Amino acid sequence: MSTDYVPLAVLMFAVTYPFRAIGLLAPAIDRLPKPALEYLQLVGPAVLAALAAVDIMVGVENDRPFFTIGLPWLAVGACLALVVWRRNLFIGLAAAVAVAVVGRALGAA
Amino acid sequence: MTDPGGWTLRAARRQLVLDGLGIMVSAAGFGFVYGLAARTDAHFSPIEAMAMSLIVFAGAAQFAAVGYVASGLAWPGIVLLTGLLNARHVLYSAALAPWFRGRSLAERAVAAHLLTDEAFALAIAHFRRLGRFDGFGYWFAAIGTTLIPWNLATLAGVTLGDAIVEPERLGIDVIFPAAMTGLAVGLITGRRELVAALVGAAVGVGVSLAIAPTIGIIAGGIVGPAVGLLVPSSKAHETAPLGTEASADRYAMPHTLKPDPPTDEDRT
Repeated sequence: MSTDYVPLAVLMFAVTYPFRAIGLLAPAIDRLPKPALEYLQLVGPAVLAALAAVDIMVGVENDRPFFTIGLPWLAVGACLALVVWRRNLFIGLAAAVAVAVVGRALGAA
Repeated sequence: MTDPGGWTLRAARRQLVLDGLGIMVSAAGFGFVYGLAARTDAHFSPIEAMAMSLIVFAGAAQFAAVGYVASGLAWPGIVLLTGLLNARHVLYSAALAPWFRGRSLAERAVAAHLLTDEAFALAIAHFRRLGRFDGFGYWFAAIGTTLIPWNLATLAGVTLGDAIVEPERLGIDVIFPAAMTGLAVGLITGRRELVAALVGAAVGVGVSLAIAPTIGIIAGGIVGPAVGLLVPSSKAHETAPLGTEASADRYAMPHTLKPDPPTDEDRT
């Protein structure tokens, strides 16, 4: 059984733990410059949104990226609407999967 | 006996457990999907998928890593993006620090590893109700509602991954972008976050089309927050630095705590 990516997990831990621990182990985080704190606060939404948008809007063929529109837009849109409405990620994911399954059963790409 | 926050310990813990049940179901479902995606998209072995869930223990970053590995992004890029993605934990950690004052170093060190979006949200609400730290509250939030269901579900998902021969027909390919979208929504609490997300998405797509998707994701993650900061403070929902009273309203620092009013039932 492969363990090739276990070191990657350790590296990911190594960059994650300090962020989790810095406040609890050395409570001086409020001394960071205000813009730095505000910037950090915005990184999460930006990275996650970029990941989602690139995943459903950009395809790659022969190493050439291209813009794409398809069923995943609808599925992710359903998830987005439900999470905004119900604040429940699980329901949103279930809806996205349901949209994709039904759409493909009906012949959508 | 009533705590300074106005809730009895029993009532506050009961509320915590009720809230935690929803998180538990969500973590289990999400963890199962992560296990499936890790197996089918990134071709992780069960050991590799479980190593991620135990050692990294950060759902969004783990999902992202699956996408990065599947797209062939080099490890330094994955590690850099993981750091960026998890940088928000600085804020959680700083917000919890006053509540953990006086706790042992070992306890705080372990608590830090288990600090997730879910654990933070449950624990900070529980501490607010009580007006003080409660060890059971934090460990239940971190371990009972998240760590255990997340890891058990990861194991189930990655083990059953081989049985999924056509993931697209089961909608598995949309789970990753849907999960990223849902998590982003959960982090949007004001106009700055909204602008950062929208710009991050737009820049990500634009740069991806012009150069490559891996570069686009990094560009979106870096440029989005910078543009978000351009939203005037007066129009941002939350701009206060940690430690101020305004920030305390959001993160519930104990020194300026204004507890939620308890109901009659909670006072019994």
